[in-house]
Amino acid sequence: MSVTHRIVVVGAGQAGLQLCETLRRSGHTGPLVLVGDEPHLPYQRPPLSKKFLTGELDAVRLALRPAEQLAKLDVALKLGTAVLAIHRDAHEVALADGERLGYDRLVLATGTRVRRLPAPGAALDGVCHLRGLDDAQAIRDRLGAARRLVVIGGGFIGLEVAAVARGLGKDVTIVEAQNRLMPRVVAPLVSEHYARVHAGHGVHIHLNTQVEGIVRAGEALAVALDDGASLPADLVVVGIGVVPNVELAREAGLHCENGIVVDEYAQSSDPAVLAIGDVAWHRNVLLGTSHRLESVQHAVDQAKNAAATLLGKPVPYAPVPWFWSDQYDLKLQMAGINRGHDSVVLRGTPDSGAFSVCYYEGTRLLAMDSINQPLDHMLARKLLAAGVTVPPTAAADPEFELKTLLPAG
Amino acid sequence: MPKIIYVDPAGARHECEVKNGLSVMEGAVQNGVPGIIAICGGGCACSTCHAYVDEAWVERVGGPNTMEDATLGLANDRRATSRLTCQIEVTPELDGLVVHVAQND
Repeated sequence: MSVTHRIVVVGAGQAGLQLCETLRRSGHTGPLVLVGDEPHLPYQRPPLSKKFLTGELDAVRLALRPAEQLAKLDVALKLGTAVLAIHRDAHEVALADGERLGYDRLVLATGTRVRRLPAPGAALDGVCHLRGLDDAQAIRDRLGAARRLVVIGGGFIGLEVAAVARGLGKDVTIVEAQNRLMPRVVAPLVSEHYARVHAGHGVHIHLNTQVEGIVRAGEALAVALDDGASLPADLVVVGIGVVPNVELAREAGLHCENGIVVDEYAQSSDPAVLAIGDVAWHRNVLLGTSHRLESVQHAVDQAKNAAATLLGKPVPYAPVPWFWSDQYDLKLQMAGINRGHDSVVLRGTPDSGAFSVCYYEGTRLLAMDSINQPLDHMLARKLLAAGVTVPPTAAADPEFELKTLLPAG
Repeated sequence: MPKIIYVDPAGARHECEVKNGLSVMEGAVQNGVPGIIAICGGGCACSTCHAYVDEAWVERVGGPNTMEDATLGLANDRRATSRLTCQIEVTPELDGLVVHVAQND
């Protein structure tokens, strides 16, 4: 590893940009090339389903760094440019514009793409998927004139869009295929709380319901459900998850699962190639597991981890994952990963509007979701980082002060 | 435009003109002030835009709300003057504001 290496980064999102910044700040003097297929300067994604849709934030404010700051980083930016192939033998990537870029080290930060609605009519005008800035702009452009919105998918994206649209006075219906909201990420009691709050704001929720297809009905659209109902809509927003962009890596013969497989140093099965961010199936030594995470925290932390590897000072990856979602006046903050939990402890009362849910494997605290309970969230992050568990009986007592469990110092 | 003065962790002063309505954090990011990292982009979720409001400005800027107060619990070396700069909106009244950027890395 050397500070003079030529490093090519594929993917100009949060992880790719963070990597370039950390490398420069840490003394990397070699050439850095950041290639992105979108035409935009690297931007923040979380506001796309929140303040950007309301119009509170414009595209300029979404940029992670203004152009003049990027210029100071001395990074060759190649935007609007797709990468067609990786030639590992030649240490080159082939770009869509015909150029071949040589590298000493290659970092893949190719992220994810939306899962398209697998039903007829998914490509009709007025049916929008949400992943990138252009998608969000298309929704924002149509939202003003729309009266009736149908949201397909009751996950974070769908629920955030629903909340924004209700705030703008739209008639909103959510269609979710599973039997509860956010089924893959939170406990049923969190799902139920969010269903109550959305219903309280006037959102119509259809659970256990599949979309059979969408057709144009005059000026509007009609969303056909598998229970025979048809929902009229001026705008349909689909948020049913994402798939990792592993194709480049897979075609180049790199080990891929549901993501590009990397170790706790962000290194792939080829020592000259690293992968970071949403696309990386990575190892976290604090949690003792391997997985893929779609979050800003992970993008930033793993970019720093990869930078350390590239600079020859590798550090095993071990952060506490955290996430957040804003809906109405609810702030959902999640610490840790609850996968593998066998019991759930409620801390506080959902009716009060502020509570936490603790996820346990045996007596070991794996994760905590906090709803308008930022102090619990903050302490959960510190406790998980310190490897301290919270006895379930203590967690269940809202009067019990979690901070007394923190190690001194 | 109001002028915001950022003193970075190394002690360097950055005098920046920042548009009304932006946050003090956004002003720092736009001007490349070292130390304001702002991982969460202003979501009051991470504490990496932590700064100390200069004593002379503490009263005018005011204190954190409940959410910010809790999130500040994640910050390094919290003090009485600690604020998350993403939660301070730039207004004409804050022209000349001085903030001292905390050690956020």
